Amino acid sequence: MIILTIIAVLAAVAGVVQLVRVFELTWKLKGDNQTSVDFAENRTRGRLWGLFVLAYFGFFIYIAQKYSPFMLPEAASEHGAVIDTVLNFNFLIIIAVFVITHLILAYFTGKYYWRPGKRAEFVTHNNKLELLWTTVPAIVLAVIIIYGLTAWNDITSEPSEDAIRIELYSKQFDWTARYAGSDNQLGEANFNFIGGINALGLVTKESIETRIAELEEEIAGLEAEVAEAPEGGLKEEEASEKLDLRKRQLSKIYVHQYKYEQNAAPYNAGLDDKLVKVEFHIPVGKEVFFQFRSQDVIHSAYMPHFRAQMNTVPGEVTSFKFTPTITTADMKLKTGNPDFNYILLCNKVCGAAHYNMQMDIIVESEADYNKWLGEQKTFAAVNTTTSDLATISQ
Amino acid sequence: MAGQTHAAEHHHESFVSKYIFSQDHKMIGKQFLITGMSMATVGMIMSVLFRLQLAYPGESFKILSFFLGEKWAPGGVLDPNMYLALGTIHGTIMVFFLLTAGLSGTFANLLIPLQIGARDMASGFLNMLSYWLFFLASVIMLSSLFVESGPASGGWTVYPPLSLLPQAMPGSGMGMTLWITAMGIFIASSLIGGLNYIVTIINLRTKGMTMTRLPLSIWALFVTAILGLLSFPVLLSAVVLMIFDRGFGTSFYMSDIYIAGEALEHSGGSPILYEHLFWFLGHPEVYIILLPALGITSEVIANNSRKPIFGYRAMVGSILAIGFLSFIVWGHHMFVTGMDPFLGSVFTFTTLLIAIPSAVKVFNYLTTLWKGNIRFTPAMMFSVGMVSTFLSGGLTGIILADSALDINLHDTYFVVAHFHIVMGLSAVLAMFAGVYHWFPKMYGRMMNLKLGYAHFWLTFVSGYGVFFPMHFMGLAGVPRRYYSNTEFPLFDGFVDMQVLMTVFAIIGSLAQVIFFFNFFYSIWRGPKAPQNPWKANSLEWTTPVEHIHGNWPGALPVVHRWAYDYSKPGKEEDFVPQTVPLEEGEVDGEH
Repeated sequence: MIILTIIAVLAAVAGVVQLVRVFELTWKLKGDNQTSVDFAENRTRGRLWGLFVLAYFGFFIYIAQKYSPFMLPEAASEHGAVIDTVLNFNFLIIIAVFVITHLILAYFTGKYYWRPGKRAEFVTHNNKLELLWTTVPAIVLAVIIIYGLTAWNDITSEPSEDAIRIELYSKQFDWTARYAGSDNQLGEANFNFIGGINALGLVTKESIETRIAELEEEIAGLEAEVAEAPEGGLKEEEASEKLDLRKRQLSKIYVHQYKYEQNAAPYNAGLDDKLVKVEFHIPVGKEVFFQFRSQDVIHSAYMPHFRAQMNTVPGEVTSFKFTPTITTADMKLKTGNPDFNYILLCNKVCGAAHYNMQMDIIVESEADYNKWLGEQKTFAAVNTTTSDLATISQ
Repeated sequence: MAGQTHAAEHHHESFVSKYIFSQDHKMIGKQFLITGMSMATVGMIMSVLFRLQLAYPGESFKILSFFLGEKWAPGGVLDPNMYLALGTIHGTIMVFFLLTAGLSGTFANLLIPLQIGARDMASGFLNMLSYWLFFLASVIMLSSLFVESGPASGGWTVYPPLSLLPQAMPGSGMGMTLWITAMGIFIASSLIGGLNYIVTIINLRTKGMTMTRLPLSIWALFVTAILGLLSFPVLLSAVVLMIFDRGFGTSFYMSDIYIAGEALEHSGGSPILYEHLFWFLGHPEVYIILLPALGITSEVIANNSRKPIFGYRAMVGSILAIGFLSFIVWGHHMFVTGMDPFLGSVFTFTTLLIAIPSAVKVFNYLTTLWKGNIRFTPAMMFSVGMVSTFLSGGLTGIILADSALDINLHDTYFVVAHFHIVMGLSAVLAMFAGVYHWFPKMYGRMMNLKLGYAHFWLTFVSGYGVFFPMHFMGLAGVPRRYYSNTEFPLFDGFVDMQVLMTVFAIIGSLAQVIFFFNFFYSIWRGPKAPQNPWKANSLEWTTPVEHIHGNWPGALPVVHRWAYDYSKPGKEEDFVPQTVPLEEGEVDGEH
């Protein structure tokens, strides 16, 4: 194998050398001077630009019509329709500029190619012309800016009081949606409480107690380990480091416990929160206020059909609001695709399975939505059932 | 001065001092070029490897396991972590090692002393140091490809916490450490180089070379160096804070993280802080890449149109305007990070302002062609191609700058299309234009024309073939940095588009073989170049073909006019070198 490779490489080198010789001979025969310009060839090269511009436009049109069936369907949210209008307006302008400038490029290159004895015109500048192509773009851009920012201000305005509150929580590599429940108030959550069934780290009376119990048990175990380990050894060092860590964590839990005792309301708000995975539902025509949190790295909640996107940042709460306008069922009819589904996907690189971090979104009538939501279990209920199960199994 | 006697004395240099630790700007320029080309080859092969996966997701390719081994391409199928790593290193190499160091390093070194009439850079030693730091950074960056846990994989922007936590992805371990080290050294190289360029341009211009007589290439390189000097230190501080977070338990970029079954103790930091610091470099960086490209294009277009560049003062003004504006637009990379919407409005406004000087540049290029006497040399073909890509890519920037529209297009293929065309393709085309145009100056020989044309059309067409269709994928909502699009029925329609783009990518890559052959062949066996092959005005063509220390054998040339007296009425030839004195009553420059 190695010998074969070496032979192949040598043969390739020899081939190239031969090719070079042939090249050199032909150049010498032609007396090819590599600096002077051949008139006829130069004309062809100039005119090739016209051909290129035509081919470029053709490619544009071909791709545009071939893939138009796969473009996003009409926006399924109120602000999405506005975004699409602004987008189309901008496209109209830039495609016009694109076509005009490329036509000029093709015309000039096709017309002003080098001719023997011809002289270029000595034009250094033209203030009027330059003023024109500074002010015209400035005016067009002013329109684009004002139009775009009006939409932006509207999209990013404060949500209405009665907007439905949903938290979208990201982690490598899936999403969880949390509904605020009957009080429309998301309960307190903290990453120190994550574990077991409490995937979002909700802080409730029960989760405080559970976490304290867990940590105390672990601390006791570690203390025993430190005592047993040979003194000054690596094992002792490791165990005592971990012990310190757990103790620090416990002190953080105590802070929450203290806060809970001072004012339990924000914590109890979490009891009726509802956690769902795989798919979440929203009602058509009602404003939905999304809040985003992340467990580990930055992700981005992207819902292309609603023209909605917001990064989820660990340590911060971000938000986005929109009002869905088309139900999933209606969209299935509109697109003629019975398998159509709205999706939430991750749009900020987050690791190996970034490309498959999704959740389905179902838009339905308010009645259907309420029915579906009614069927979902509250956090408190899920907690009780599992702790009941735990008691039974004990 | 010492430089003058230098020229006569030093004819017997050792191999090492002439070719390796050279302090001669011309040799250093060539070193930057060759290193940049080598790095670009690695970056290009990487793009073909990950494009294979995108076109044929999950299929087995021998070439993948050949390059990446069984670990990263088990059975010839690309590993998802390696996919991200390839994209990351491809981006890092292309943005920093090719289009920053490769482009500026080559042409600033070659052109600044030659076009302003200086014996050499202000500090030959610092110049040499700049190159060798760049070389060291390149070696470290490449060595990260061979570490057990793989190279950095969080994207070329290496956003924390992903890039800080080995628990989040394997590439954030040793690979990321090497990435940070390489970039630290790279920044040092870039700062030393930039400082040298600025000092040289300000202090070492020859008699008569006023700032308003500088060729636009020098103006562009000057402003580029200033941008680099002001923005690269910010990236350096950003990565230093990263080192603290990774090694010393600080929390600049991290807070409230629960990963791999553990709640981390980092508290109070924000990854958004990193994004601000990164893009404070990151956006000027775009112009650090583009301005030299625009400078080269200005020179080549004026020379080959046999006309003065249209609106010299407006061109200088737009370079300065772009340079200034580039510092106050970085937030447009962060519209969807949850930053204050009002701040978003401000960044939309400033970003769209950049379109004005950019439009001025494009219109001035087009008008320079108007009523010209255009010679379509390969360099000219590349330059006209650059005008086309700068236009095509720049226009979509107007859409992405609009915060409302960015909501839906952010991080989709639309963005990939935009910046690859406006920044990647444009700068690469301009760099090729520069190489074809100044090759006779670098090596004293001519490159082959026919191979040049073949190289141009294949590169140009396949460049558009790869990146243009991406706009449509982006408009359909396909996110970038996806290992495959197969998990979403929504994106199924784009399978054959991915294949088309990959085919173009392969053709475009193979076309570079033509260039490499032409380049290296011509170094040794190309026809000998005359002193001024393109009948150009600027000073570099008044030096002897054979390189000598100190550039000019006798006294330094004296400049009497601007660099754009092409086809001036009343002159016998259609060019008047800058060294020719003004005749009585003759007006200089743009009048």
